[in-house]
Amino acid sequence: MTQVLHTPPPAPVTAEDDLAALAARHGLSVSGARPSLPQYIRQLWARRHFITAFATAKLTAQYAQAKLGQVWQVMTPLLNAAVYFFIFGVLLGTKRGVPDYIPFLVTGVFIWTFTQSSIMVGTRAIAGNLGLVRALHFPRAALPISFCLQQLQQLLFSMAALVVILLCFGVPVAASWLLAIPVLILQFTFNAGFAMIMARWGAKTPDIAQLMPFVLRTWMYISGVMWSIDKLTKNHHGLPSWVNPVLKDNPAAVYIDLMRYALIDSFHSSQLPPHVWIVATGWALLFGVGGFIYFWKAEETYGRG
Amino acid sequence: MAENVSDTPSMSDTRVGNDPRIPTVVADRVDIVYRVNGTGAGRGSATAALNRMLRRKQTEKASGVRTVHAVKNVSFVAYKGEAIGLIGTNGSGKSTLLKAVAGLLPVENGAIYTDGQPSLLGVNAALMGDLTGEKNVYLGGLAMGMSREEIKERYQDIVDFSGINEKGDFITLPMRTYSSGMGARLRFSIAAAKDHDVLLIDEALATGDASFRMRSEERIRELRERAGTVFLVSHNNKSIRDTCERVLWLERGVLRMDGPTEDVLAEYEAFTGDKSDKAKPKAAQPS
Repeated sequence: MTQVLHTPPPAPVTAEDDLAALAARHGLSVSGARPSLPQYIRQLWARRHFITAFATAKLTAQYAQAKLGQVWQVMTPLLNAAVYFFIFGVLLGTKRGVPDYIPFLVTGVFIWTFTQSSIMVGTRAIAGNLGLVRALHFPRAALPISFCLQQLQQLLFSMAALVVILLCFGVPVAASWLLAIPVLILQFTFNAGFAMIMARWGAKTPDIAQLMPFVLRTWMYISGVMWSIDKLTKNHHGLPSWVNPVLKDNPAAVYIDLMRYALIDSFHSSQLPPHVWIVATGWALLFGVGGFIYFWKAEETYGRG
Repeated sequence: MAENVSDTPSMSDTRVGNDPRIPTVVADRVDIVYRVNGTGAGRGSATAALNRMLRRKQTEKASGVRTVHAVKNVSFVAYKGEAIGLIGTNGSGKSTLLKAVAGLLPVENGAIYTDGQPSLLGVNAALMGDLTGEKNVYLGGLAMGMSREEIKERYQDIVDFSGINEKGDFITLPMRTYSSGMGARLRFSIAAAKDHDVLLIDEALATGDASFRMRSEERIRELRERAGTVFLVSHNNKSIRDTCERVLWLERGVLRMDGPTEDVLAEYEAFTGDKSDKAKPKAAQPS
């Protein structure tokens, strides 16, 4: 008996081209091959309900065990703003020279948090959901997009809190508030694209998730979340002249300042960099389209070992 | 003996061009390799990790990355209307092969051709314990690619089939409050709610109590009638006998035998010593 068992495996004698030819003759396709880009977009569109349902489910599951439940959706951003106000407004006194400092600060913190957490969840989107990736078939871009959508929903809760803060500090309601909508759309596109780039990196090298908090914190401090970039560069006379435009044109600063311009009446258009809407759209398109294609290029490799 | 084992009917038929049967899955000399990080000698310690990064161009063992050759040079053709069992001792590559057929694991060499998109029967990973059973039915259905309307249509069937509501209104409670049996039943019900062209089942028949097991075997038969081809991985030779007419036997990643259920199971049972008392030493012996 054992002789039989120890014989080498049955070699597929004539299988060489036969099997591939047989598959071709019957119109079979290669399993797990990367679809073409238009096909991929169609598949993704077909899964749009899954993307939104998954985002909402993640959002509600987040505080499901807490006693206060969904109240934390609003509490968390408010507490965040309070901490930053205490440190930068009271302890360090950064507010000098910035009118409406608290609305300025809170808008900055919320808008920045949206980008920051989108990138963080994007990094873990594939690496942290290998079970899902290995069990079900769907375009993998659904994961980073869904996580960014969850962050957008979270931001909308924060924006509700922000409106209350604005009204409390006497910022008048204005038609320019409607500009918040295009800003959010552009920022979401940017974030989703960035998250997809990070998702591909994070899938290959999970260590990036450990590194990202430091990169992001540095990025936060140079993006004028807690202070005005103009005031900062004016106080340092030795700085080269390109520093100010570079800092102000970086995507995080662009979206933060645009949102401040939309919501706070004392934040004037003169404080925005030139051609700011073009810059904002450019960043969104560059990262949104580029990130999507970059992610799709490795579609068939996600979930390997 | 070895010859008539290896020379399966399906293989000889593929050489004849005018075969009336329609192939649904073709595996062409498939190799599947896993790469596992962090297995070097100084496993897990920081210095070992640094060492690994600095000395990239080392042999794989020393650099801490190990490759596991899970499936080796496997070829087969599956036809429409077939139910194929996959057997083999633990760790012989059955589930890995199934995942590769589903397109969820990339192959190292060779190729797997399929008709349509084979689906693995399993939605566990998409479900969330903090959500109610009801929301999970929708989430799981959407994850499998069903539309909201389809799910709405089948919602009652899914709940009834799972029997979750037999002892009260449990479907509106979070899934983490379910007993493990209840959870498994709901998961199976969600997974089995969709029709598939090629269906891959990984040991799904062993969940739940006796009455649920009967219902799920019934459901598998239904799915098989509608699906083109069914693959079933199981350690339960009885459920293989009941559902499959053809069996692939994998051992250490190698396709050892491919043929009618009775022939292969007879060999396999002799190999594992199923019917004798010497099960353990015999199974551990080959190398």
